[in-house]
Amino acid sequence: MIGVALKGLLGRKLRAVLTAVSIVLGVAMISGTFVLTDTIKAAFNTVFTQVYKNTDAVITGKSAIGGNANNGVTPPSLPESLLARVRGLPGVSVAEGGISDEGQLVDRNDKVISRGGAPSLAFSVNPKGDQRFNPLVLTGGTWPTGAHEIAIDSKTANSKHFAVGDRIGVLTNGPVERFRIVGTVKFGGLNSLGGATLAIFDLPTAQRIFDKVGKLDSIGIASKPNVSAAQLVAQVSPLLPATAQVRTGEQEAKQAAKDTNSFLTILEYFLLAFGFVALFVGAFVIANTLGITIAQRMRELATLRTLGATRRQVYWSVVLEAFVIGVLASVIGLFLGLGLAKGLNALFVAFGIDLPQVGTVFATRTIVVALLVGIVVTLIAAIRPALRATRVEPIAAVREGALLPRSRFARFGPYIALAVTAFAVGLMLIGLFAGGLSTKLRLLSIGVGALAVFIGVAMLAPTLVPRVARLLGLPAARLGGAAGMLARGNSIRNPSRTASTASALMIGLTLVTLVSVLAAGLKTTFEDSVNKLFTADYALTSENGFNPTSTASEKALHGLPGVEVVSGVRAGSGKVFGKRISVTAVEPDIASVIDVKWTAGGPQTPAELGATGAFVQKSYAEDHHLHVGSPIAMQIPTGPTLRLTLRGVFDPPKGGSPFGDVTISAARFDREYPNPQNLFAFVKTSSGVTDATTAELTRALARFPDAKIQTRAQFIHLQESGINLLLKLLYVLLSLSIIISLFGIVNTLVLTVFERTREIGMLRAVGMTRRQVRNMIRHEAIITALLGATLGIPIGIVLALMVGKAIDYPAFTIPWTTLVVFVIAAILAGLVAAIFPARRAGRLNVLAALQYE
Amino acid sequence: MAVVEEGAPAPAQQGTVVRAQDVTRRYGEGATAVDALRGVSLEVASGQLVAVMGPSGSGKSTLMHILAGLDKPSSGSVTIAGEEITALPDAKLTRLRRRHIGFVFQFFNLLPMLTAQENIVLPLSIAGEKPEGRWLTELLDSTGLADRATHRPSELSGGQQQRVAIARALISRPTILFADEPTGNLDSKTSGEILELLRHSVEEYGQTIVMVTHEARAAAIADRILFLADGLIVQERQGASAADVLEVMSSLSS
Repeated sequence: MIGVALKGLLGRKLRAVLTAVSIVLGVAMISGTFVLTDTIKAAFNTVFTQVYKNTDAVITGKSAIGGNANNGVTPPSLPESLLARVRGLPGVSVAEGGISDEGQLVDRNDKVISRGGAPSLAFSVNPKGDQRFNPLVLTGGTWPTGAHEIAIDSKTANSKHFAVGDRIGVLTNGPVERFRIVGTVKFGGLNSLGGATLAIFDLPTAQRIFDKVGKLDSIGIASKPNVSAAQLVAQVSPLLPATAQVRTGEQEAKQAAKDTNSFLTILEYFLLAFGFVALFVGAFVIANTLGITIAQRMRELATLRTLGATRRQVYWSVVLEAFVIGVLASVIGLFLGLGLAKGLNALFVAFGIDLPQVGTVFATRTIVVALLVGIVVTLIAAIRPALRATRVEPIAAVREGALLPRSRFARFGPYIALAVTAFAVGLMLIGLFAGGLSTKLRLLSIGVGALAVFIGVAMLAPTLVPRVARLLGLPAARLGGAAGMLARGNSIRNPSRTASTASALMIGLTLVTLVSVLAAGLKTTFEDSVNKLFTADYALTSENGFNPTSTASEKALHGLPGVEVVSGVRAGSGKVFGKRISVTAVEPDIASVIDVKWTAGGPQTPAELGATGAFVQKSYAEDHHLHVGSPIAMQIPTGPTLRLTLRGVFDPPKGGSPFGDVTISAARFDREYPNPQNLFAFVKTSSGVTDATTAELTRALARFPDAKIQTRAQFIHLQESGINLLLKLLYVLLSLSIIISLFGIVNTLVLTVFERTREIGMLRAVGMTRRQVRNMIRHEAIITALLGATLGIPIGIVLALMVGKAIDYPAFTIPWTTLVVFVIAAILAGLVAAIFPARRAGRLNVLAALQYE
Repeated sequence: MAVVEEGAPAPAQQGTVVRAQDVTRRYGEGATAVDALRGVSLEVASGQLVAVMGPSGSGKSTLMHILAGLDKPSSGSVTIAGEEITALPDAKLTRLRRRHIGFVFQFFNLLPMLTAQENIVLPLSIAGEKPEGRWLTELLDSTGLADRATHRPSELSGGQQQRVAIARALISRPTILFADEPTGNLDSKTSGEILELLRHSVEEYGQTIVMVTHEARAAAIADRILFLADGLIVQERQGASAADVLEVMSSLSS
């Protein structure tokens, strides 16, 4: 019997392949995700172990309020005097201090060299000192020495055609400064740094350009023989100020890896989610394909029953067939994942996330999880078709066109479907709105609820299909002639088949709609906010609108003819009421460029902040029961606590404001925070927005390659570009599940054509042309695709509404144009899916088709 | 109403293997109900070849389906090898099929992906048993398939396919072999060969066969011929020539 099942599979290769494709793609997504994130993790781990390879202990700055660069807190630097005292310790053999900061390289066209939002790293080296702490390797030239020399990473040198001897610009806190390239470097053991760039200086130069004269960012220590790392740490600790910490090299490497890994884990889960959605859709496709195959093999299964096969044997033969398909598809998917990992990485680079790489990492976990998930999903999808197969009665062996008997529960079908849907919606509502649930439980109940919604609606679909398909098929029937009319009839004649084919597509379209509706809401509220608040003529931001810009660029605009106000908003972090918060600082004239609604204080408040004044937004004041005059004690990363008094409360529009939780005066901020930078600056001119003014402002910023002058519309556009980018990324990732559902349409049509061989032969015999036959199949594909859209888009909108309500989403906007595009895309997708089946149908030989038994 | 064996049944050599008692079968309900069988009783003795004849719609196929346990009667009882089958649950019925029943179909019903030999031993494979070497060789020889054993059905002629099917039905030495229009899909020369093969298996192996057919020539090889019309057995002959059979048939349809 096992042999029968396996040989049967071989005898139906096309069907087996069609069934397998959906699993192959889903598994590839999962294995690709693991391979990609493992490779990136390995790259970071390589960097950190390289960096701390010969370091027994390392001293770094420690933010007084917790957090680190990964959550936007810059730790303070160390005093350089510490180095001499460390060197004086009995256990220390060598100690070297260094600077690490960010400095952007500027190309020959005065454009910042930036790849994929990756960091622009800057380090100091000490060519005359001990090289054991230096993780970099020279690939050409020499190490930089002196105030005008730099070494850069070889990738940038190659891609931007810089050679040793060329001059290159570096942008730090002021205008661009030029250096002569004396060497190219790379991180030892790393294939690619991703999009990151490296700018390497000697120590005094680094201290000067990063405004850290007399300071160090880290001190690497090697111990004397017989002194353990732990003993070394114990010796160093007493010397340290409150804003410094010492760790063993190993601890530091682990900590650094942990910080990046937590980000990569989020990325991993994010991508895996799409893999699982793809597999879920794949399960629908498999279940449907197997179901149709079973229906077509009824006589064969019935014959087996007359020859003495039990129901159990029939059941297991179907499951075994699925198992074999699952294993083969998962193995193929696993290896396809290796390629997909490259594709995903390319995708991320295209979307501005360029991460470092080492050689591909193919972990055992990847193999186990990918195979297991692929096989289990296939087996689960096979259960229903296998049960259907057991219902084939032996008498079907002698009856022409026997129908599968209805299940005992079939007449309860619609009620069960309704119950499942209601249960699903209930589960989601609990997840979204019930109080006192942990986030994990909440996500679980929303996730399971969403899956159940899809299953419930898919179960309801057969009841809806005849009516809906009749309506959706109207254009086909009216315009498509006989082919269209037949197509409409065909799509209705096996409603559950059409329904499950369409349901697979529905899932993808639901998610795409959900995402687009949420994004549209976010954008409208943001636009609304900017339109309410933005009373300036121009905004000054960085190239990507997200990085901070130097205060020097803001100052370059002061005093230009026609410029009335230039007012910047600084950004940093602080700790108030035991919690880390975002801190902004404003210049006195901010109210003339940003018009917020004040509930206490007023437009004069920013000008009256002085050294100790602060204002907060309404929700923050309410949460902490603050009113004008309330004291606020705010600790800053360098350690001190600022004693502030509340001077005003403002009520931001739903789309937010440029201000953080607590806002102080820029004057005080610049005194307290090292390297103050602007998040934005706003400009008001006497003549408003004119070409001449724009040109004048742009000219004044020529020495600041990263600074960008923008009108209100440009500002909105730039700020929304992040949302748009994320939206596109989500569309691309979701398209995988849509592609899988298209294979579902292909499968159904191919199998249907096969099933109707005789009927198509008859149609051809009575005068239907090949063209008409092909059109008939195309119309059927379009009707199925439209059915998927009809189900998916409304569900997506409803889900968006529910999610929006739950997270107190600022606005709900239906992006009609986008949704119309989705419908058109669905029609086109249907046409694509019809290509292969239509060709097969058109090529059927009339005579052979009629003789087919 | 003429029922039951008119005239003495052929003396049962080793007793009765199939027995039907007052079998009726009604399809549908109410005004549109159709009575396919209206009370049929019969016995098939071991080693006999019984042909069931009748015009289309006479109920002959329904009778065979019920005798073979493929369909359930609306009333009446059927026993195979002494076991009452009309109320048997599926699992027991399956076991009964393995041990006692062989099938030959009009459209052969071979599995296209299996070779001739694999098709022949399929009932044993399903039951988890091994074919007996000599018996298999004997069947391959007597069906003339020895040099075709590794061919797939698509590489065989219609007659060869039906011979594979007959060998498949014989492999487990069933108590009773049901043949449903075994020549219905074959030309007349091939039909002759198939009928000879069936007759051969009765003579040589003592196989009991019930064959449904509407061809006089096929019925002519039978030891007994039952004539059905309108759901009733209307005549019975202990062997008859094709001409005799035709005569009875034309008397039935007039």
